[in-house]
Amino acid sequence: MSTALSNLRLRGIHHQSSASVIALENVIVSYPSVNRNRTTYALEALTFQIEHGEQIAVVGPNGAGKSTLMKLIAGILDPSSGSVEVYGSGPGGHICIGYVPQRSQIDFSFPVTVEEVVMMGRVGKIGLFRWPKREDWSIVHDCLSRVNASDLARKQIGELSGGQQQRVFIARALAQEAEILLLDEPLAGLDVPSQEAIFEILEGLSPDNVTVLLATHDLERAADKFDRVMLLNRRLVAFDKPSVALTPANLMSAYSGHMHRIDGDEGRILLTDECHDQDDADQAGTWSAVDGTWSEVEKSEDG
Amino acid sequence: MADIFALLAEPWQHGFMVRALLATAMVGIVCSVLGAYVVLRGMAFFGDALAHSILPGVVLAFVLGWPLAVGALAVGILAAFAIGALSSRGLLKEDTAIGVIFAGAFALGVAMLSAFGTYTVDLAHFLFGNPLGVSESDLLSTFLLSGFVLLVVFLFYKEFMIISFDPLLATTLRLPVSFFRYLLLILLAVTIVVSIQVVGIALVVAMLVTPAAAAFLLTQRLWRMMAVAGAIGAGSGLAGLYISYYWSIAAGPAIVLVATAVFVVVFLSAPGKGLIWRYKPA
Repeated sequence: MSTALSNLRLRGIHHQSSASVIALENVIVSYPSVNRNRTTYALEALTFQIEHGEQIAVVGPNGAGKSTLMKLIAGILDPSSGSVEVYGSGPGGHICIGYVPQRSQIDFSFPVTVEEVVMMGRVGKIGLFRWPKREDWSIVHDCLSRVNASDLARKQIGELSGGQQQRVFIARALAQEAEILLLDEPLAGLDVPSQEAIFEILEGLSPDNVTVLLATHDLERAADKFDRVMLLNRRLVAFDKPSVALTPANLMSAYSGHMHRIDGDEGRILLTDECHDQDDADQAGTWSAVDGTWSEVEKSEDG
Repeated sequence: MADIFALLAEPWQHGFMVRALLATAMVGIVCSVLGAYVVLRGMAFFGDALAHSILPGVVLAFVLGWPLAVGALAVGILAAFAIGALSSRGLLKEDTAIGVIFAGAFALGVAMLSAFGTYTVDLAHFLFGNPLGVSESDLLSTFLLSGFVLLVVFLFYKEFMIISFDPLLATTLRLPVSFFRYLLLILLAVTIVVSIQVVGIALVVAMLVTPAAAAFLLTQRLWRMMAVAGAIGAGSGLAGLYISYYWSIAAGPAIVLVATAVFVVVFLSAPGKGLIWRYKPA
């Protein structure tokens, strides 16, 4: 552990070698409800640690706070109380955190090519008043080839399929030399081969000890591909090896009323989601029911 | 053939036309380049509102005999921050805040003009521009301010691109996002001030949005979009002035109409994106 940590190249602010990669201590995210004198909680009393190089699936129903958690760790959002630490200090000083946003948050008509998108990841390293050097471009092209997207380099970002776009954003995080990779529902809307391609890339990150958090609805994949599964529904329901975390009792607790049947034979789990999206003040009402496995569930914003 | 050259060259024999042509070309370029961000960030209404909001500043400077740019810039920045303050913390939606400030400030400007100025003539100049009245000192300040805007856009090209394309990335790269956002607003205010003499308050938004929108349909990279928009903006400016000169049409509207015509042609025929290319016979 300590030798692995000492191999880290230090960037941004100092990484404390004794600290966990990510540590949350009693974190609460709340905001006042519109027109009412009550408080809405996006996350309640979250405490956990994540160690170097772990690959973790964050699972929970819509509105469980998965996106909120990602934004906390990325330093995009501050907790209402409690502490978020990355390598022993607040995330706001680190430039080693790669954040792959939900695709719905990006304007894909923007006039920018794939290689320019990946180059954006280098801007923190390049610094103000400087232009990308040949070395930066060669890093960009290396990162594109690591995600099998070299042939897409000169295309406009909107010309790509959803899976290709996800891979390009992962390449951007690699170009950023991210040591922590946060992926917010990267599998949503992708076909199986595209999902497989993303998992292959993530497996390729293991030797580099990149710590990965991936938010997903797909319990099968979570059980299959990750070191630990975090089961989230505003509070931490379970956080352990897949076989320990994904028990029927835990799943019932996380999905509460939204789940109707667990079909344990082949690990296939049938769920119904009828979840209020209370996080999103603009989107009052009910997220409509979807039957089938979670992998087929359309994603929705969850804060 | 020689006739055409004679027609094209004739306006250049007048000093006021030379100044008008230079100022218009410069304004066309700076508006269109910054307009790329206005289009990509969805700030068209904001830009229009900001242009109207600076009228009281222009009138005040006009009455006191100060350079118009000083009053306009001060009020423009004030308006930008007022809109930001009204819409921050989610109290009001941004377009509502813009509407309130925009109409209120514009009314104040018109009221001041009616009290102090030679109302109709001045109002028409402020609203629709008067490029033929550009003085040498106007031309100098146009070039200095435009040069400043273009320099800042160039220096912070990659930062402005990131905050426009993916502000969350900008945050994780620990760029000073608010600083760049306000810097962009200040550049917008400066650009509007520079443009007022040429196209006027009411039509500035056309120079900000129309060439950039046409360029958006023609290009797939930001710097190319800026270059093409700048060319369309400057070209529309020159063509509009010629039309104004020979057909006695007010210059500001003539320039805007040329830009609009260019946009319509591009919208219909842009490779791959234009209406003609997307048309499929039933």
